[in-house]
Amino acid sequence: MSTLNTSISTEQTQREAPELAPAAVQDKPEETAIEYGQTVGTPFADDAKFRLRDVEVYYGESQAIKGVSLDIARNEVIAFIGPSGCGKSTFLRCLNRMNDSIDICRVKGSLELDGQDLYDPRRDVVELRARVGMVFQKPNPFPKSIYDNVAYGPRIHGLANRKSELDDIVEDSLRKAGLWNEVKDRLDAPATGMSGGQQQRLCIARTIAVSPEVVLMDEPCSALDPIATAKVEELIAELSESYTIIIVTHSMQQAARVSHRTAYFHLGNLVEVNATDKVFTAPEHKLTESYITGRFG
Amino acid sequence: MPTQKDEVYGDHISHQFNEELAELKTEFLKMGGLVEQQLMDSIQALIENDGQLADDVRGRDKVVDKMEIAIDEEATKVIARRQPTARDLRLVVSVIKMVADLERVGDESKKIAKFAMGLSQEGQAPRGYVEARHIGNHVASMLHDALDAFARLDSEQALRVMKEDKRVDEEYQAATRTLLTFMMEDSRNISRCMSVMWVLRALERVGDHACNIAENVIFMVKGEDVRHASMERAEEVVSR
Repeated sequence: MSTLNTSISTEQTQREAPELAPAAVQDKPEETAIEYGQTVGTPFADDAKFRLRDVEVYYGESQAIKGVSLDIARNEVIAFIGPSGCGKSTFLRCLNRMNDSIDICRVKGSLELDGQDLYDPRRDVVELRARVGMVFQKPNPFPKSIYDNVAYGPRIHGLANRKSELDDIVEDSLRKAGLWNEVKDRLDAPATGMSGGQQQRLCIARTIAVSPEVVLMDEPCSALDPIATAKVEELIAELSESYTIIIVTHSMQQAARVSHRTAYFHLGNLVEVNATDKVFTAPEHKLTESYITGRFG
Repeated sequence: MPTQKDEVYGDHISHQFNEELAELKTEFLKMGGLVEQQLMDSIQALIENDGQLADDVRGRDKVVDKMEIAIDEEATKVIARRQPTARDLRLVVSVIKMVADLERVGDESKKIAKFAMGLSQEGQAPRGYVEARHIGNHVASMLHDALDAFARLDSEQALRVMKEDKRVDEEYQAATRTLLTFMMEDSRNISRCMSVMWVLRALERVGDHACNIAENVIFMVKGEDVRHASMERAEEVVSR
């Protein structure tokens, strides 16, 4: 009996000492370095809608995106996360050439949509933006009626020949955006009189009214309350059946809830891309982990 | 140099979050210490025929149960408040699961204490004490090592605990055979031998719980679930 007692009690005193450094950390120092153009995880996909290689973006002299290579698959929801100024919005805006309007902005590298160069000078940018729609941080409805907001795109793109066709597009888009039942009796009312959440869903309806292939969302819920946010997130899940969705978000929980893959940007580098479940339970890169666990921001 | 808690779980922007995780770890280790004591006391009560000590063990089981509930509550609060991710999430989830294992070890200790009390009243069983002491010693050190692996986030030590479990199972089989043979030879002692048999069974279960804790430590450190996987797989995960 005495052997049992002594052997255990000495070991116990050993464990009580809290100063021991964790062996796992001692043995393998975790890597925080980033190599230019290197991304851990699974940045490439077989069925790529966007094929982006060695993308660099400069604002004048300063480089905002550093050699990012990434595929975005058809009908996937991919979330871009990262601290402020990491380049995620800049990168998003490359995908429908929204950066063109900024004079000092230069984009380098290969960016292809369905195998065709996005930055081909002969490309019709208006047509591109109809295929790759965008929803912004703040809801920005036109100061027009609800109906006219949604009908605007189809009208200028000539998608409807008759009023009844236009009516169908408007109704269909509002239904897809989960807004039809709330507004069907007041389509002529000014859009600016709607609540913030309704306005954002109206903007989504307006975006999908021109039948885009891709929807870019730049922090679409940051100005919305939790209920409106939940509705937009629900909508994202439904829309992902027919569209490719790329969402920039500051809410990591939102990225975890809505996306299939998550891409983590850090100081212009694409550090890690992985299945969202993996990123939020066992990320590969130390920087990703530090960010999502709230260790720096 | 920062202490281990600072280095691994302690450097959040939110100090409150650091403290909540540290608290969770500390409380878990406290409960681990108490359960270890319960296990050792129950074995001692059995071997030294100490009815009073056995009674103490049974009384203290309530404290173990209370700690289980308290730690579960704390872990739930951390999830609700902080939505932990990655290693923080793995810590919280593992603690919730390991606490259940510790509580079960507490129950097994209580069970051993119950048989120890019975035997102290009826008179000791004629055989099985050597085996009980041996296996008891073995599983107690497994439990200790598993908790140590948790405290130091040492996945290699956790792997060693997993490997020990197989040896405990073999020892248990061997001890069972010995007791069975003895019972067949002399049927007057069957009842008391059965009590020892149940004790051995309880100890073998403690080994399983220590093994579960070790598997959770590997999950916490490496982010990969090695439950129900082969030992080769576990070795591969730990060596990464």
